[in-house]
Amino acid sequence: MPRWLAHTVVVALLVAGVALAFARVDYAWNWAGVWEYRWKFLQGWLTTVGVSLAALLASIAIGAVAALMLRSRSALAAAAARVYVELIRGTPLLVQLLIGFYVVAAAVRLEDRYVVGVLVLALFSGAYMAEIFRGGLDAIPRAQIDSARSIGLTPWQSLRLVVLPQAVRIVLPSVAGQLVSLIKDSSLLSVIAISEFTLNAQEVNSFTYSTLESYLPLAIGYLALTLPLSALSRWLERRFKYEAA
Amino acid sequence: MKLVIHGLVQRFPDPGRPGGTATVLDHLELVTGDIRALVLVGPSGGGKSTLLRILAGLDVPAAGSVAFDGVPLPRDEAGLRGYRRTVGTVFQAYNLFPHLTAMENLLLPLVHVHGLTPAEAAERVRGPLARFRLEAHAHKRPAELSGGQKQRIAILRALVVQPRRLFLDEPTSALDPEMSAEVLDMIGELREAGTQFILVTHEMGFARRVADEIAFIADGRAVAHGPAAELFAGCTEPRVRRFLERIPAP
Repeated sequence: MPRWLAHTVVVALLVAGVALAFARVDYAWNWAGVWEYRWKFLQGWLTTVGVSLAALLASIAIGAVAALMLRSRSALAAAAARVYVELIRGTPLLVQLLIGFYVVAAAVRLEDRYVVGVLVLALFSGAYMAEIFRGGLDAIPRAQIDSARSIGLTPWQSLRLVVLPQAVRIVLPSVAGQLVSLIKDSSLLSVIAISEFTLNAQEVNSFTYSTLESYLPLAIGYLALTLPLSALSRWLERRFKYEAA
Repeated sequence: MKLVIHGLVQRFPDPGRPGGTATVLDHLELVTGDIRALVLVGPSGGGKSTLLRILAGLDVPAAGSVAFDGVPLPRDEAGLRGYRRTVGTVFQAYNLFPHLTAMENLLLPLVHVHGLTPAEAAERVRGPLARFRLEAHAHKRPAELSGGQKQRIAILRALVVQPRRLFLDEPTSALDPEMSAEVLDMIGELREAGTQFILVTHEMGFARRVADEIAFIADGRAVAHGPAAELFAGCTEPRVRRFLERIPAP
């Protein structure tokens, strides 16, 4: 069976199953009430896109720096990065957001909640990125570094021409998974009153009392972001593909 | 080349004893004549590869001095990098960069280290590729090449920058006999053409054929050393005799 057909069959079965389940519950749909708030949904969705995109870029940068620090010969740098990674990965994002906004940002008089939200989200995701990148760098055989040095490359050239092209291929699937998580985790920004997609859907629900009509578009809105990201990742994986020698 | 080594010491952290060190080269002394090919032989773990890494400018010894033709090796990383650009090194395996084709592997040092334009670099490698009958494989990635082809491309990559000498660290020990032969033939051809090299190998027959001098390295020292024929015929050191006698006569 061709792949597109297999996908179509699976999705069709899934839709039929979900439709059947909805048909069996006795639920009075009120799409008209929710439709009134379509611009609110769009505004929230665009905020989620913007916040996620900014946090995504920042988390890659933070993760790259932290990964290099984890592998650093300086014990202090390595320790700082290790504490950062373990602290962030070991505590809930919710707590980090609340402390980040009400304590840290307040202390340094950083008042823009959007900036704080992006920073906390980027630091959160960056800790996972750091471990993914470190694993990718560790997977490059020692002999590759020796070969790069033996032909006279500088450490920076060796990173750029030899290590990174191989590491990117190794980390790509994990990075894509982490980015999908980041987009969904951005929904927690609602706790510091950032007017993103989830908060707006919650508000629509409280105005209209139409729970499913408020949250179904939410699921579809997130899928509209995460599915293309997964597709992009698979395309990049094919582009970077070469068999390990 | 005339190689002079005095009091060379190299230590590594001992994996068996936390905090301890293992002495891999123990005040090694070696003075060669003005030769083209030096072959290092001896038991595994005796220090051959450690010595070769120092000679190739990849590691800095803990103590001692090394000089080629009267010029001491630099001890700082920037100086060593400059030195590495004037020599070529081939390891046992995984020399080639797997994300690049054979051709791209050959061009990389020429373009990024030696400042040639891609066109000049391509022109430079064309002749050597043809000479060693590797043109047909130039567009392949390392995963599509045989072990012997990979090593020949690796030797070529070391060679096209026109180095003063090559360092070859057991270039055939990961290969089956047929592939070994094709790589050894290439090294033999280079020998005929006058390329200078220092080779670590267990192929004793080959060592005897190409070496001007052979050094027998064991327990971190040059236990015996001399012209190939002399060492095979006249060495009285019992350990060296035992090692050499395992090899069938040519």
